[in-house]
Amino acid sequence: MISGTVIKGARILGAQPQDILISDDVITEVGVGLSKAGAHVVDADGLIALPGLVDLHTHLREPGREDAETVETGTLAAALGGFTAVHAMANTDPVADSAGVVEQVWLAGREAGHCDVHPVGAVSVGLRGEQLAELGAMADSHARVRVFSDDGKCVSDALLMRRALEYVKAFDGVIAQHAQEPRLTQDAQMNEGELSGVLGLRGWPAVAEEAIIARDILLAEHVGSRLHVCHVSTAGSVELIRWAKSRGVNVTAEVTPHHLLLTDELAATYDPIYKVNPPLRSRDDVEAVRRGLADGTIDVVATDHAPHALEDKESEWQEAAFGMLGLETALSVVVAAMVETELLDWAGVADRMSIRPARIGRLSGQGREIAAGMPANLTLVDPSARRVVDAGSLASKSRNTPYVGRELPVRVVHTLLRGKPTVLDGKPA
Amino acid sequence: MTKHLISAGDLSRDDALLILDTATQLARLADRPIKKLPTLRGRTVVNLFYEDSTRTRTSFEAAAKRLSADVINFSAKGSSVSKGESLKDTALTLEAMGADGVVIRHQASGAPHRLANWIKGSVVNAGDGTHEHPTQALLDAFTMRRHLGNLESRRVAIVGDVLHSRVARSNVLLLNTLGAEVTLVAPPTLLPVGVEGWPCGHSFDLDSVLAKTDVVMMLRVQRERMNDSYFPNAREYSRRYGLDAARMAMLPEHAIVMHPGPMNRGMEIAAEVADSMRSVIVEQVANGVSVRMAVLYLLLGGNVSAIGAESSEPSTSSERELEPADTGQRRRRSDFAGEEA
Ligand SMILES: [Zn+2]
Repeated sequence: MISGTVIKGARILGAQPQDILISDDVITEVGVGLSKAGAHVVDADGLIALPGLVDLHTHLREPGREDAETVETGTLAAALGGFTAVHAMANTDPVADSAGVVEQVWLAGREAGHCDVHPVGAVSVGLRGEQLAELGAMADSHARVRVFSDDGKCVSDALLMRRALEYVKAFDGVIAQHAQEPRLTQDAQMNEGELSGVLGLRGWPAVAEEAIIARDILLAEHVGSRLHVCHVSTAGSVELIRWAKSRGVNVTAEVTPHHLLLTDELAATYDPIYKVNPPLRSRDDVEAVRRGLADGTIDVVATDHAPHALEDKESEWQEAAFGMLGLETALSVVVAAMVETELLDWAGVADRMSIRPARIGRLSGQGREIAAGMPANLTLVDPSARRVVDAGSLASKSRNTPYVGRELPVRVVHTLLRGKPTVLDGKPA
Repeated sequence: MTKHLISAGDLSRDDALLILDTATQLARLADRPIKKLPTLRGRTVVNLFYEDSTRTRTSFEAAAKRLSADVINFSAKGSSVSKGESLKDTALTLEAMGADGVVIRHQASGAPHRLANWIKGSVVNAGDGTHEHPTQALLDAFTMRRHLGNLESRRVAIVGDVLHSRVARSNVLLLNTLGAEVTLVAPPTLLPVGVEGWPCGHSFDLDSVLAKTDVVMMLRVQRERMNDSYFPNAREYSRRYGLDAARMAMLPEHAIVMHPGPMNRGMEIAAEVADSMRSVIVEQVANGVSVRMAVLYLLLGGNVSAIGAESSEPSTSSERELEPADTGQRRRRSDFAGEEA
């Protein structure tokens, strides 16, 4: 009978090869030359071991748009991307603004079993930005919600934002703000700059993001609460967050893989595969968010995985939906943008994609050190592999990846969730 | 010559001159009793109009018919388009009909780019959103050349709602290619962000520009823009940026006044200016057909090398090329196929 697992020769965070011994759902020993009678042996020769990745920002689309993604397909995509936990955004139909809906999503995640699903609760009823949703009931539910967001929409009302920040202090929650001043971005289509003028696409100015971030930093400071800034995309936003942290404000921030790699020049194709909210920005902005992530101003990488049905992307630019897939390519893109450029090492990748997001989401069982006594959530990565992205081979139900035909580095080989493989040899276990 | 005409920026200087010279020859033919040429016989041109624009549609229709093409009008009203059929499905339908060329007018910037991905034929942009309207720029350049000759170093002021104007974008690109010096004039709110990087100058002060201008082109300004605070109200707009008789008097003797239409008389242009001797607005409309004939001819059946060689000595050889239906058409087709490969 098989009892436990031995992972042989894994380079933990890129260090010298070691073996990892796992019993049930816990790492029991880390060292050289480990073995255990009857244990399942996983050959990890040459592979990098990371704590299982944690995504703070995933759209699973269930309930409501099961034609684009389901909890089953989305979490399978997550596991294949090396994730052991994802936060499912609240902008579903119905909106996840009540204990009932968040528990439904949480349960669907448990049934799927590919990774942990932590529902994000809506800040306002129906994402309408008018009245607080039952934040306490969602926090107290089985889903134990700690992250609240109207993502997709900005909590633009300053008073509602202030109240939300204050209210979640009672259960150590955090407000994750989608920073987009609505009036400055009415019908906006792409980054506002010389190119938007030339293409005749309505501009989305950086200031529309930065003005909200500046306001929210001041509000968070004033009420002494915890603010998380979603998908930071501009150099000015990075500056503001750096300033806030220097003042001791309790603010964290995320950047998406696509904002680390892609620029607004892609809009010149008018192919809505590159249409995303916030929009792809300039080369200078990409440089700034990379530097911000490297120096820790930006705490985490979050995918903003946003599946869309084919017909919602195969259209005119202005008619198309915002968003792109992210889960299955996130680690590769981060390696391309941050590791190959020597801005982060593997320990840095683990910090920004697992440890810090778990801490922000208050997930005690995720994002832990790879050491004896810790939960056995692991991702094993082949650092020398390269692959050309093929939309047809993705596990996601949707195909809207902007990386089709691009060669990207590294491959997730195995993923273990509490000692149990969810991915083996790059395939669903 | 490019396969599609989506942006005025697609045209090299040689391409643009070839179209304009060809249009000149076609205009001359149009004065004769038999106006129809057999050039595009057996070819299908689809007018795919998602926006109402009778003027542009009938201009393209007349152009295609004078070249003997089969014309299908696929308008948004009364077709599957209005029932929500996607642009892609419509494109596949047009492909099945065997469209050799599709003339598209669409409210979304970039729609012609998308269409070009889905059909094999040539795409002609007849105006997309706030992006471009290249045949309007061509007919404007054609009209300017008639009055001013070579456009090299000629000064053109384009005045009004540049931000939302596809005509302005195409004119800036084409006139720059043709060597003219363009100045955009508008309140700062109606100039696009990043206009400093465009191949033209800009000014917020119309009066300071007029005395040094060979062509002043007034753009339509919708009154409703004031609701979005682009300017306080129509009165203030026309006081600062409208072309009235007093301002027209500041223009040099030879300068002409243009407007792509439809005009807002009393807003951006005073009635006495629109109807004055300097105004070439009616002529612009008439020139549209010749220019669009040239575009369709060159994209769908034209022979680049043959016509291109003629542009140095325009009149005689070109008419030989255009008039005799049979031989000319065979030559053009074979050359066209060779060009595609
Ligand atoms: Zn968002």
